[in-house]
Amino acid sequence: MEKALVLAASAIGAGLAMIAGIGPGIGEGFAVGKACEAIGRQPESSGAVTRTMFIGCAVAESTGIYAFVVALILMFINPFLGKL
Amino acid sequence: MKVSDFFQGVKEVQVGGPKIACSFKLFGININITETIIISWGIVIALTLLVLFLTHNMKKKPVKKRQVIAEFLVETVDKLVKDTMGKRYKSFGPYIAALFASSIFGSLVSLIGLRSTTADYSTTLSWALMSFIMIEAAKIKADGVGGYLKSFINPLNIVSEISTPVSMSFRHFGNVAGGMIITTLIYFALTGLSTALYCDIPIFTIGLPAVLSLYFDLFSGFMQAFIFIMLTMIYIASAKTEE
Repeated sequence: MEKALVLAASAIGAGLAMIAGIGPGIGEGFAVGKACEAIGRQPESSGAVTRTMFIGCAVAESTGIYAFVVALILMFINPFLGKL
Repeated sequence: MKVSDFFQGVKEVQVGGPKIACSFKLFGININITETIIISWGIVIALTLLVLFLTHNMKKKPVKKRQVIAEFLVETVDKLVKDTMGKRYKSFGPYIAALFASSIFGSLVSLIGLRSTTADYSTTLSWALMSFIMIEAAKIKADGVGGYLKSFINPLNIVSEISTPVSMSFRHFGNVAGGMIITTLIYFALTGLSTALYCDIPIFTIGLPAVLSLYFDLFSGFMQAFIFIMLTMIYIASAKTEE
């Protein structure tokens, strides 16, 4: 019974952790939109803009990745089962 | 993905770390030889053989195709390093190229049915620590030991220093491991769909996973390798502003 409770709570926690995915989604959307604008204004600089945008996206994505790693640990490693 | 999954489908989702091939005790410490270590050594050997093949018997004027390829690779990396870090850091080219090659081969090895080495946190953490040591060395070189220690008067700087390798390694690991898990889940779902429609052979797993694999394996692996080396170069170069 206790085990089931911990497993259920871990699954809910993993789901809640992934709410953090909203932030990077919005942020990257803004970044890509601005990059499209920049390329539209100056098509000759598209290479540099795209490269910079990808690096910025990757950095903005890290919070989402942290949440994802936390969710993975909660779902597949179950660290709280050992504390029963 | 194992080869048998393509024929029988994935019946249950099992996500775990790399398998342990053998383990032994050394000075009382348990040392595990995992799948990751074996595949990493395979990649090292394969890359060494590739480089030896590309560079042996070089002429002053290239007559063979492979010398042209080798020169193209070296020039591309040198140009990237020079554009990002400036002329003073030209000597970082080999390190960056080695990091990029092992990262991209480590991610793309999943295409031939092996486990990605970068889906193991130990691999990305060790690369990030390597880069971290180089970044700190560049800072000490630029400011001197006193100036370097002086930057830690504000304790928040310690947190920001430590978060550099953590974020770099988590980013790479999370992307590759996430792609691996999503692929497993997709195979599981499509197998379930085939079973629900009374097909013993999972026919729905043909085609669709390949399209998703283009993003999760090829694009994601390439992007993360590129971002890893770009961040390494930017951090090292930003330790000292160019005069």
